[in-house]
Formats: sequence, C-alpha cells, structure tokens
Amino acid sequence: MAFHRITFNVNGELEQADVPSNMTLLKMLRENLALTGTKNGCAEGECGACTVLMNGEPVNSCLVLAVECDGAEIVTVEGLAHDERLDAVQQTIIDAGGVQCGFCTPGILISARALLDRNPQPSEEDIRIALVGNLCRCTGYVRIIQGVQEAARI
Amino acid sequence: MSIDAHPGLPEFDYIKPTTLKEASDFLIAHAGEARPLMGGTDIFVRMRSGGWNDKYLVDVKCLEGMNDISYDPHKGLSIGAAVNMNRVIASREVQDNYALLLQAASSVASYQLRTRATIVGNICNASPAGDTIGACILLGGVLHVHGNGGIRQEPIKTFFKGPGETLLRTGDIVTSIHFPVPEEGARGVYIKLGRNKASDLSIVGVTVFGYPDVNVPSGYRIRLALASVAPLPLVVDQVEAILTETSIDEDRLMLAAEAAMHACTPIDDVRASARYRKVMTRNLSFNALKVVWKDLKKL
Repeated sequence: MAFHRITFNVNGELEQADVPSNMTLLKMLRENLALTGTKNGCAEGECGACTVLMNGEPVNSCLVLAVECDGAEIVTVEGLAHDERLDAVQQTIIDAGGVQCGFCTPGILISARALLDRNPQPSEEDIRIALVGNLCRCTGYVRIIQGVQEAARI
Repeated sequence: MSIDAHPGLPEFDYIKPTTLKEASDFLIAHAGEARPLMGGTDIFVRMRSGGWNDKYLVDVKCLEGMNDISYDPHKGLSIGAAVNMNRVIASREVQDNYALLLQAASSVASYQLRTRATIVGNICNASPAGDTIGACILLGGVLHVHGNGGIRQEPIKTFFKGPGETLLRTGDIVTSIHFPVPEEGARGVYIKLGRNKASDLSIVGVTVFGYPDVNVPSGYRIRLALASVAPLPLVVDQVEAILTETSIDEDRLMLAAEAAMHACTPIDDVRASARYRKVMTRNLSFNALKVVWKDLKKL
C-alpha cells in the first residue's frame, strides 16, 4: 500500500507525516499525534464524536483520509483553548452542566464553535440544527443547548 | 495493536490525478478495481462494512472545474461535482432561484456530513433514498460526464438503472450538474419522513414541483417524485396527468396522491414496513401537493 508525505497545520502547529492511503484523519490525530480528545464513535459519520474543523468547517474525521489533509488546517478540541483560557463555548457548556460522560463533548464543542463562527447570534432552532450530527446519550441536549446560547450572549 | 473499536479501512492505494483524462484513463486501465472518490461519505462506510473492496480510490474532487458553482439568469445553475452541499445551501443564487434544491439538500444528514457530501455524489450513489434526487429530476437536472469519448450529457430523469446502478460506464467521471432557469412562478417542496427529525435516511421522501401553465386545462403543471419507496427514484407521471386535465381541488389532489401510492413498490426493511410506506406515500403526497397548490394559487 502506498504511503504519502503530507504537510498540514494542526492547532496552529505545522506538522509533516508519512501516512498510508487508508489512514483516516481520525486515526492520524489519535494514534500519530496523540490528540485523543477527538473520539472514535460510530466510524460511519452518524455520531459526530470525531468532529474536527478542516479549513474552518466541521467534518467527520472518520470519513476523511489523512492524505486528503495535505495543505489543510485542522483544529481539534485541544486547539480551542488559547493562553490557558478555555474557549467561551467550552466554559459555558461546563457551567450549564452540559457535560456528563464527556464522550460526545469534543465533537459538540467543535460543531458549536463552527456554528458561532458562521452565525454569532443563533436561535435555539439554529443550534439544534447545527448539532443534529452530534449524538449525546447522557444529557438530553437541553443543557448543551443552553450552554451554546450562553456562549452566544457573551 | 490497533485501538480501533471498529474495523479499519481495508488496504487501497490513493491516487490523485491532475487531469480528467488522466483520471478516466486510470479508471479504464484498472476497471473493476478502481473507483472515483468525491466526498467519501458512502465509500468509506461501505469499505468498512466489507461491501466494497477497491484496490484504488481515485480522488477527482480537485480537478479543473469541479469546485465551481455559477448562475446565469438565462442559462441557469451549474454546480461542480465537488461542490459540497453546505456551499450549495449557502449560495445566494440557489436561495433565490432553486429553493426546492436548497430544501432537499438541507435535509441530508448533518452539517458536518454536508461539508463533504455533494449533490453529484448523492446522484451517482443512486440510492433510492437519495434526498436531493427528486429535486434534481423535477428541476430538469442534466449531468455533464467526462468519459472515454469526451464530454456527454445525461439527464437525471433517465440516469438510474437500479439501486446503486446508473448509466455511468467505466472511466466516466461526472464533472458537474446543470439546471435550467425554473419556470416563472415555480414552487416546490420536499417532505421527508424519517425515524426521527434528525439525520436519518428517509422512510418516505416526497418531492413536488409545480408552476402555472396556461396551456393545460387546470392552469398548473405539477410533478411529483418519490424516494425510498421503489428500487429507483420514482417520478409518478400519473400525478402530472391527473393534475393537468381538469381544475384542481382537494379531491383531485387526493386522487393524485392515491396514484402515487399505487405507483410505488416499497419493501419491508429496518426503517419501516412496506405497508406503512404505502400509506405514508399517499398521506405525504397529499400534504406536499397541497402545499405547492396553495402556494401556486397565491400567485
């Protein structure tokens, strides 16, 4: 199987890697770069636990090949905080009690950050639609949505 | 030791040609063991499940023109094969002129899946459940296909041969989809019944598109397409006939909806029984026809 040398940016750091054709972005993040905040849930684009930003847009990293990331800019949950301070939506979802087991949380934070970047004042319906692809089996979503609403207010 | 809780992708070689000809030539030279890769939202799922086991994936999404979207008030809309659904939804021209396409694309899966999913991919995948296919057929969509003999055009209405089967031949690469300017006063709706309101595939999908037409007795030309209730995306021609030959009222709409129910041939599967699908085809067809008819009457 062919390997490919790729150069990409993860959370502001330039990286280079030799990746096999069949390696997913998810696997590269978790196993090559030890960025284990991004979770492996369903591996078929349903649950959203593996959501990361690719060139500013959320994608299911289980459905993206690592080799397709040559030249791309990737942001994972580890890249949301800056200068020892959590991103606003990280803090508001914690404060709202929107984290229980935490498995879905990284993907939800990425989807929420992407929503707030493209629509700083989302309605509750906008938030629900933006999070359709992020399944949570613990919270019932209410507190997560409240957390995103609060992030939009500050 | 792998820490994957799920089967990884089987081994394959990723190929990234730089021209359409190079891509088509590679696909022809490796017939039966190479597949074009666009967004990958279906390919990787099928490869993981063992359904597909290609030796080569040929990434065609960066080839010339694949990422262009353009609108001309005389010629209509052109969407490159690699333009993702979120870009289609965000396009002002689509919002202003092709609301039916926007609505259908918005119903597909989730935002992050639509970052990768494409309209052309949805068509080429040829699932009877494809959410955007009904809109693409009723809006008169035509695919531009690069193949061995150059570029040819394939109308979407006659593009499908069976579940997952189309008129595409080895070496063919769809480069774009084109839509004519919709008729004056056109209105449309897509109603999708899923197991939940979130990102599930449809149990029944009903697309209706209509416009005023002074040349028919009813004054309106209204067409209907169904998803998930036949081996192919199904356009029910009887609906158009019933709704053109005399003036339209609710009884007439129900007659057309019953024609849709009788035309479909659904199966039992994990999402719903065939009987439920039949009944819901009638009910949702009636609802969709009524929405469009009421919108048209307001003109």
